[in-house]
Amino acid sequence: MSDLDLLPTDVEDDLRASVRELLADRCPPSAVVPVYDGDRSSIAPLWRALATDLGLAGLLVPEERGGAGASAREAAVVLEELGRAVAPVPFLTSSVVATTVLSAAGPGGAGAGLLAALAAGERTAALLVPLGTAPGGRLPGFAVDGSGRPAGQVRGIAGALEADVLLVPVAGPDGTSVHAVPAGDARIDPVISLDMSRQLADVVLDGAAGERVLGAEAGDAAVRSGLEVGAALLASEQSGVAQWCLTTTVGYLQDRRQFGRVVGGFQALKHRLADLFVAVEQAAAAARYAAVTVAEDDPDRTVATAVAQAWCGDVAVRAAEEAVQLHGGIGMTWEHPAHLYLKRAKADQLAFGTPGTHRARLADLLDLPAPAAP
Amino acid sequence: MSDGPTTPGELRQRVADFLAEHPPAGTDRLEFLRARYDAGLAWVHFPPGSGGLGLPRSLQAQVEEELARAGAPDNDPRANGIGLGMAAPTILAFGTEEQQRRFLRPLWTGEELWCQLFSEPGAGSDLAAVSTRAVREGGEWIVNGQKVWTSGAHKARFAILVARTDPDVAKHAGLTYFLCDMAAPGVDVRPLRQITGEAEFNEVFLTDVHIPDDHRLGAEGEGWRVATATLNSERVAIGGGAAREGGMVGVLSRTWRQRPELRTADAHQRLLRLWVEAEVTRLTGKRLAQKLAVGQPGPEGAGMKLAFARIAQETSGLELELLGDEGLRYSDWTLVRPERVDFTGRDAGYRYLRAKGNSIEGGTSEILRNVLAERVLGLPPEPRVDKDLPWKDLPR
Repeated sequence: MSDLDLLPTDVEDDLRASVRELLADRCPPSAVVPVYDGDRSSIAPLWRALATDLGLAGLLVPEERGGAGASAREAAVVLEELGRAVAPVPFLTSSVVATTVLSAAGPGGAGAGLLAALAAGERTAALLVPLGTAPGGRLPGFAVDGSGRPAGQVRGIAGALEADVLLVPVAGPDGTSVHAVPAGDARIDPVISLDMSRQLADVVLDGAAGERVLGAEAGDAAVRSGLEVGAALLASEQSGVAQWCLTTTVGYLQDRRQFGRVVGGFQALKHRLADLFVAVEQAAAAARYAAVTVAEDDPDRTVATAVAQAWCGDVAVRAAEEAVQLHGGIGMTWEHPAHLYLKRAKADQLAFGTPGTHRARLADLLDLPAPAAP
Repeated sequence: MSDGPTTPGELRQRVADFLAEHPPAGTDRLEFLRARYDAGLAWVHFPPGSGGLGLPRSLQAQVEEELARAGAPDNDPRANGIGLGMAAPTILAFGTEEQQRRFLRPLWTGEELWCQLFSEPGAGSDLAAVSTRAVREGGEWIVNGQKVWTSGAHKARFAILVARTDPDVAKHAGLTYFLCDMAAPGVDVRPLRQITGEAEFNEVFLTDVHIPDDHRLGAEGEGWRVATATLNSERVAIGGGAAREGGMVGVLSRTWRQRPELRTADAHQRLLRLWVEAEVTRLTGKRLAQKLAVGQPGPEGAGMKLAFARIAQETSGLELELLGDEGLRYSDWTLVRPERVDFTGRDAGYRYLRAKGNSIEGGTSEILRNVLAERVLGLPPEPRVDKDLPWKDLPR
């Protein structure tokens, strides 16, 4: 909990500007909304532009392992911008969660080639743990069949539809090992999801051949670390969602006139937006602090992540709900993009554990225990 | 003065050198504080010669930490919150060189405490409506009027004062800002008892008080601009917490840990929500402080104060519920004059009642929401029927 620097560096400002510029050009709301009607054709080219052309896929991978050698600070900036655009790309699932899991395998070992390929944006991975799983939550139990191949099924996986390789946690007597299985060898059933800009899938593995990338001694910690980093950085995406909702709503209320007045001049609305502004600023600070503790591997990282998730998920939902309400009738339409943000915000609130789950986790971490059962 | 330090390492060396020259154990407290000011270690973000070194504000924490570790006395900042948090930054921003030299050092050391003569019975949220008059007479101003909600006026040596110098122009344009000697003839301080039973506040009656013109801060008619800077500083000073569990939520968390028999499921949920909100507010304050360069805080500080007030009120209310039967008792209703304001001091009942002031003092939460909506978010201002009328023609 030392005095960590919560302000962006010049490099991060430049990164933000280039991501924002690309998304403004390639990912306007009109490019996102077709995914709700089953047209996912925009996703792959957008992801290629971000992952390969801008080189974002390798941010969290050290240079000597084929990445950009950046840190969670830069990844958080990217996620804030992706949230602001509800971009339907697998950055969080592949470049953050799967990449963090794979990074736990030492250089030169199994999975090193895959990590380099993820970093280069040549391949895309997804961890077969349901999106709603909190960092301390129960992991799905894939088993190995007689020939040592992972088998089982799991529901609600994010990023599987965009992935060409799946990271499978396999429960064994000595702990969890992680296998990399080609996505083409699994049955991946798309799910009609609340948030189609991060569409889920149910995955069945039945005799798919894979490579063991992490042994039972390291797999459990690696998966939990992946979930924790995912949760920590999801807060930045939520912060970006909330910022878009606040900015867009304020902009609308500065223009919209009723009763001969600019609607944003009514004090009832001004006060709601002022309160929302405070909450959004708090979310930005909490998300930033979580990202910095991950980047510095600070001992406060677990608390910082739980705090950020306990706060930012609710704030993004509140911002999106206010955006819908304060836009009035137009906010309820398919045509206005507010619904994309509401759906993302609500799904994000459940991702990596709900705010309530993270508060319960804080109760343990901070020695603020629940009352003893009577 | 030689070139000052520019890095944390150089600053550490300067603190070490200072301590070697002025060992806390063998130095008189006041001498030590004066020497600390002269060494630029009072507030490092102030300029050299005014108690600082022109360094980023964030480095102050390092100085405080190192001096505290060496057992150095501090300037008892809670006894002079208005001086340090409001008067000093305003004097720095608007004061002449002579005013800075005269006032800042004894202010910082605590030799001269300060209070604030802003609010009046008829000018609360509408501060620009103040009717205390200052009339120029030769090289002086003659001041008449009544101020209220003045914390610490009975102990203050000086006050920051906003008074009307021109009633013939619109209300914001006719104000001037002064530094008022509280020991001057005609200053009458009377206790104002508050809901806690204490009298932390005062009414101050000003009758033909003479203020020399060189105690005017900023130009004649510029009082509103100067006062706005003061209020922005106040909100940062009030809202900016330091350590985790540093405020009311720390008090509640300690009670929770020490008294397992009081725990309920409902209180647990509320405690955790408040803990998280206090922590994200602390982080927001930290981020805001890192953004602030030397000089004037902007209106964003209003958000910190807004959050702080709500958390303090909810947390102190929850503490009473948690205490149950004990929460029904109160320590003392006697009218006392507290030595210093301590929001987390005394008993739970006091904390609950005192916290009610947090959303009123230094700008009500309602006014702060207007400030944020208008000056940060750019939404239209409230309709102002009195904006262009000369102050003397306003209905009252």
